[in-house]
Amino acid sequence: MATDAPPPSKEEHRLPSAEEFSEVQNSADFGELRRSFRSFAFPLTIAFVLWYLLYVLLSNYAGGFMGTRLFGNINVALVFGLAQFVTTFLIAWWYSRHAAAQLDPKAEAIKSRMEGDA
Amino acid sequence: MSTAQHTVLAVNEAGEHRPLIITLFALFVLATLGITIWAGRQTKDAADFYAGGRQFSALQNGLAVSGDYMSAASFLGIAGAIAIFGYDGFLYSIGFLVAWLVALLLVAEPLRNSGRYTMGDVLAYRMRQRPVRTAAGTSTIVVSIFYLLAQMAGAGVLVSLLLGITSDAGKVLIVALVGVLMIVYVSIGGMKGTTWVQMVKAVLLIGGTILITFLVLLKFNFNVSDLLGQAAENSGKGAAFLEPGLQYGATGTTKLDFISLGIALVLGTAGLPHILIRFYTVPNAKAARKSVNWAIGIIGAFYLMTIALGFGAAALISQDEIKASNPSGNTAAPLLALHIGGVDSAWGAILLATISAVAFATILAVVAGLTLASSSSFAHDIYANVIRKGQATGREEVRAARWATVFIGVVSIGLGTLARDLNVAGLVALAFAVAASANLPTILYSLFWKRFTTQGALWSIYGGLVVAVGLVLFSPVVSGDPTAMFPDADFAWFPLKNPGLISIPFGFLMGWLGTLLSKEEPDAAKYAELEVRSLTGTGAH
Repeated sequence: MATDAPPPSKEEHRLPSAEEFSEVQNSADFGELRRSFRSFAFPLTIAFVLWYLLYVLLSNYAGGFMGTRLFGNINVALVFGLAQFVTTFLIAWWYSRHAAAQLDPKAEAIKSRMEGDA
Repeated sequence: MSTAQHTVLAVNEAGEHRPLIITLFALFVLATLGITIWAGRQTKDAADFYAGGRQFSALQNGLAVSGDYMSAASFLGIAGAIAIFGYDGFLYSIGFLVAWLVALLLVAEPLRNSGRYTMGDVLAYRMRQRPVRTAAGTSTIVVSIFYLLAQMAGAGVLVSLLLGITSDAGKVLIVALVGVLMIVYVSIGGMKGTTWVQMVKAVLLIGGTILITFLVLLKFNFNVSDLLGQAAENSGKGAAFLEPGLQYGATGTTKLDFISLGIALVLGTAGLPHILIRFYTVPNAKAARKSVNWAIGIIGAFYLMTIALGFGAAALISQDEIKASNPSGNTAAPLLALHIGGVDSAWGAILLATISAVAFATILAVVAGLTLASSSSFAHDIYANVIRKGQATGREEVRAARWATVFIGVVSIGLGTLARDLNVAGLVALAFAVAASANLPTILYSLFWKRFTTQGALWSIYGGLVVAVGLVLFSPVVSGDPTAMFPDADFAWFPLKNPGLISIPFGFLMGWLGTLLSKEEPDAAKYAELEVRSLTGTGAH
């Protein structure tokens, strides 16, 4: 089917066959790439969603605590909200560092081997 | 609040400065039309129309993503929600930002690696093409129309504030103007033109927001505590204004609504079709990752400034004035610009005109992005792959996309007049809930679950879609509430304004159930191809 074709390529690359894809999927180095991605991204996703839900639930059911004034008119709720900003920036940075160091080299090695232009 | 009362105020405020407002707005329109025509000349094939030739840099796309994301909801809606409900409005800023981590960690790179033009490309990869693409196209269009509704509501609100247009005919005319412009942007400029429009708009919006934030902070000698203190005092609510609960703390039901909203916000972004197709405009997955990082930085900075916009408006403008201008606070940001410059001064008028033109630009650009997403999906998923069974040429696809643009433009003009008094951020949160219920489960299962089947995909998309939209239909957003779309009717039995709490788990559940109960075997070879491609970028160029 024409529309199943890969994204159009500027230079022609060899397209691996279905057998090659299955072979690579079962290979040790792809398993390593998958593990390296999933073991980082999945737990981290669960962690930040829980951290965010904690914030939502505290806002709902711990109004007294969230309203505690820390200094001036700055209360726990505002600091908690700003902490969500900080953790978002930090997680984005951390993931990108992990991806550049651990995922990209493995992915590129497999890609160039499969496309036969290593 | 009658329309007449709105108007008296609007005319007083915007008064004589209409020529300036119109001039600034016309400048933006002319500049963006120029860009569109230039981009249209360079749009030759389907990859140009759908994906802007895939040659945008990470920074350019990061700006464009920000432009697509910071809609009227973010600018007008959040500022208004904070100005009226204080701290509760800030949840939007937090949820809208944290949501980007789902896109960054799980969706952006695999999508860029394995798809071509639309969300449907990835969903249908290892499934039976026609039913799954039909489903993906349908949910893309439904989500985009919800989102469009919010933008059109924002446009209507601005127009009544600024131009003193009171008659329904006048408002329809303005909404129609927005619709026609968007048809021109998208059908001529395609993704390339739309991306440039988003970049220009993002720079304008950030610039305008920095300016107002700076002026607000200057007024309080950069003492945020003083700003918050005056906001609390001026709101008449005291310290409660700075604490969670003013909008959602009243009863057990409203507290559930808060959780529902929170979940919809954080899970919605990674299922928004107009955001997802942006990842196809860059050369590779690494650039997609970098563009999300840029977007997180830009969007995060913007949402931090919503604190100054919202609490600034609450501190400097009386609640009566904010609510009289628009019951949901949608005009708080432009009003703040006027007040910070001085209500009767030329400087105030210039600021009001500038910020209003920025808000118009925001609406126009986002509307164009949404239309592009839905017409792309119609042309690529439904027309090319379902109707023509994959036999359409690129040229035919693009022609279909251009016609779909006209059609969707007309539909959104028709719907645009319905939702004037609802808070724009609340309306957009509905689009997020639908996206998180219908799209996100299928995207995640497709990418990461070996056993996922066509039936699972269909149950998940249609199940999430029907439940999310159905619950909205019977919620206080549509009827049974003074600010509802049909305030005089009452067929609301679902108490929550946002359906996410029910519909998102339902979407995930249906995907799982549909897969377990299906008789077909998952296509192992196709999954091997999808998984290897999505993680390595093999075959993606």
